[in-house]
Amino acid sequence: MKNNVYKARLKNGLTVLLKEVHAAPVTTWWVWYRVGSRNEATGHTGISHWVEHMMFKGTRRFPADVLDKAVARDGGVWNAMTWIDWTTYFETMPADKIDLGLRLEADRMIRSLFPPKEVASERTVIISERQGHENSPPFLLSEKVHAVAFHVHPYRHEVIGDQADLETMTRDDLHGHYRGYYAPNNAIAVAVGDFKTREMLARIKELYGDLRPGPSVPPVTRAEPEQKGERRVVVEGDGQTAYVQFAYHAPRATDPDFYPMVALDSILAGASSFNAFGGGTTNKSSRLYKALVETELAASVGGGLSPTIDPYLYTLTATVRAGHTVQEVENALDAQIERALAEPVSGEELAKALKQAKAMFAYSSESVTNQGFWLGFTEIFDTHEWFENYLDRLSAVTADDVQRIATKSLGVLRVFLVQLEPYANNKD
Amino acid sequence: MPTTKTKSRTTRARRSKPAPQPAIDYKSLPGPDDITRRVLPNGIVVLVRENHTSPSVVIDGAVKAGALLVPRDKAGLANFTAGALMRGTENRAFGEIYEAIESVGASLSIHGGNHGTGFGGKSLAEDLGLLLELLADALRRPTFPAEHVEKLRGEILTGLNIRAHDTGSMASLTFAELTYPDHPYAVSTSGYIETVSALKRDDLVAFHRKHFGPRGMLIIIVGAFKTEEAIALVEKYFGDWQNPDQPDLPDAPAAPGPASIVEKRVTIPGKTQSDLILGVPGPRRADPDFLDARLGNGVLGVFGMMGRIGDAVREKGGMAYYAFSSVDGGHGPGPWRVVAGVNPKNVERAVELIRKEIRRFVTQKITPAELADNQSQLIGRLPLQLETNEGVAGMIASLEEFNLGLDYLRRYPGLIRAITRESVLAAARKYLDPDKFTLAIAGPE
Repeated sequence: MKNNVYKARLKNGLTVLLKEVHAAPVTTWWVWYRVGSRNEATGHTGISHWVEHMMFKGTRRFPADVLDKAVARDGGVWNAMTWIDWTTYFETMPADKIDLGLRLEADRMIRSLFPPKEVASERTVIISERQGHENSPPFLLSEKVHAVAFHVHPYRHEVIGDQADLETMTRDDLHGHYRGYYAPNNAIAVAVGDFKTREMLARIKELYGDLRPGPSVPPVTRAEPEQKGERRVVVEGDGQTAYVQFAYHAPRATDPDFYPMVALDSILAGASSFNAFGGGTTNKSSRLYKALVETELAASVGGGLSPTIDPYLYTLTATVRAGHTVQEVENALDAQIERALAEPVSGEELAKALKQAKAMFAYSSESVTNQGFWLGFTEIFDTHEWFENYLDRLSAVTADDVQRIATKSLGVLRVFLVQLEPYANNKD
Repeated sequence: MPTTKTKSRTTRARRSKPAPQPAIDYKSLPGPDDITRRVLPNGIVVLVRENHTSPSVVIDGAVKAGALLVPRDKAGLANFTAGALMRGTENRAFGEIYEAIESVGASLSIHGGNHGTGFGGKSLAEDLGLLLELLADALRRPTFPAEHVEKLRGEILTGLNIRAHDTGSMASLTFAELTYPDHPYAVSTSGYIETVSALKRDDLVAFHRKHFGPRGMLIIIVGAFKTEEAIALVEKYFGDWQNPDQPDLPDAPAAPGPASIVEKRVTIPGKTQSDLILGVPGPRRADPDFLDARLGNGVLGVFGMMGRIGDAVREKGGMAYYAFSSVDGGHGPGPWRVVAGVNPKNVERAVELIRKEIRRFVTQKITPAELADNQSQLIGRLPLQLETNEGVAGMIASLEEFNLGLDYLRRYPGLIRAITRESVLAAARKYLDPDKFTLAIAGPE
């Protein structure tokens, strides 16, 4: 027991994390699976996300229309998310109703039905989801950036998957993926809220303890080779607004270099909250805002950094302001990168990054749903102690560390530029 | 609806030895005994509730300066003015304002709407004074630096360019124009390229001088501090604010519904999905049938995975990632509408399915099980809605703005249980008609 988190591992391999919070009569229940688009092979891209959708199609005990209504009737919310490293399911309910979440997650971990008719109908729903993404220029940008940044590692494709695979994957493909990855030994269960740990643990053992472990999960072996030289890509699209994105290979979450990267991101582009449920502050006092938006070259600028299992990307994205060019924005971004390489950041900048992180942490402990998210998320790429040690690690970062990581990531591995060119420029 | 089967199965499943859990006491919800309401001599209403579970604090509220006061040819003025308030004040330059906020990991934003200019902020509890000081500076003493007015104009215009190529935004804009002819709700609060381009700094200055003042201002504070200290801070920064000439904000006029089906399509090249919005003007929050409409809307397009409409269009039709309905219920006759994103070739089929559900909704009473489920949900979700400081602050704002009373949450379960299948049908018939609605579609050719 550390920081009020109780951790256990059942005999079948299920990891359990419990934290009592009695501030409100609410409990959140999460089941995380160590599977995401990172585990997908060409031909099956998007399969983890599609399996997530199929998990809402019911079991014999909890048919599809029963699940939704049972959760809603009790005033709960539930949802699921698929990302590059994980797939997760949660229910947040009035505390006296959370048992429903425990029961339904135990049941669908191994007894989801995947009815062929539902597979067919969900295929068009997911293609519709993808088409909705395609309407958004930032998605088109992101898809291209990943495909160019990663030639070998499966981070190269989007979580939603390629259209071709969404059209051709079969019910057996989906069910096989489910059988391969959904098992107690590949899962992390998290409860945060208004319960007693001893009673909750007993109930989890009762519901999950007899679930049979699955086969061991194949490791992801396709490490991305070091990138030599810059890669540039131009995406052409219909629209009047151009975007510039710089992307850099970034350290994995467990790399000590991750913390100076967080500080660098905070100083360049403002504090990220890493949080699926929002939060965070504005970034109008960041270096890039001053250099790009205050100078009226860009309408907005932001940074993106995430803790991940394997080395992923750090991105800087600017929306070009009408009347300015992609080239001007690229030059201004370059000048700021040069500065980060040439001179150490100031003590004030580091102190600010730390205070911002402290505030984000205070905010993240407001709701049990957020806390459940953090416990499970960090357990995926490290252990929940990553979260608890985060502020200490960040406060140990020095200006030298930041300059070193800037040189390592932003210098040697400087990658590419993508733009969605204005409509007027590429037609006629 | 296989409700009978559904019910029995869940009931059986529920009996399997649930872990003992505390029952919820609705008396623990925010109420008159733990919300403090104070009216300052200049008219500002302050509402505070302490919450010491995390060392943070949230502020929420509004001043009575909204886009309803703005003529059509100056559309976007209230929003532009709100955005410019934090671009420079008598005490601080733009850079100093955001350095102060962001250095402590706080956030503060001000945004213009039809019925007021709203604000919201969040910080560590120790920084509440700073947050209120900056808010007072922005609301009371903005300087509208010319250079920053131009910067902001450029950012708004870029946003409007992006909007013109976004199917969801364009469907929404078009829906408002169709649904509210000759009504202020037809006008975009963000404005249009031509109106925003033509607005002058003097327009912003004049709008602020005339309409910003303490009368009708609402400020809510929720978080880890002492109530009296928070009120003292509000008095310190806002107690001496006066604007004797501040006019009243008018009410939104009534909006008659369409007499037939009124449809408009907007073509946006290069898109792969169409967004459609179908609806009518709905009830005001203060209307006696609002809760009936809200519960009915739950059946129509929310409950479970997006209600009957989600079931028909998404689950059975497999046509959309999202298909749901909403009823706004604000100060005025906000829309009651159905929203869906579908493949362009499925638009007609989706509209027909939605019309079919509306026809059923206005001709047959909802089932007893649907009524019970939705009552249970509306009551049961309160603890979740009130889990965060933001949730509590937003709820307190509604209680005050719509005169619901500080004891409303304690009365709420009774109000919801009093809703009947008949009262839901009456509300459905009053507003919805499968042959009279507006329909906006934005997508590729």
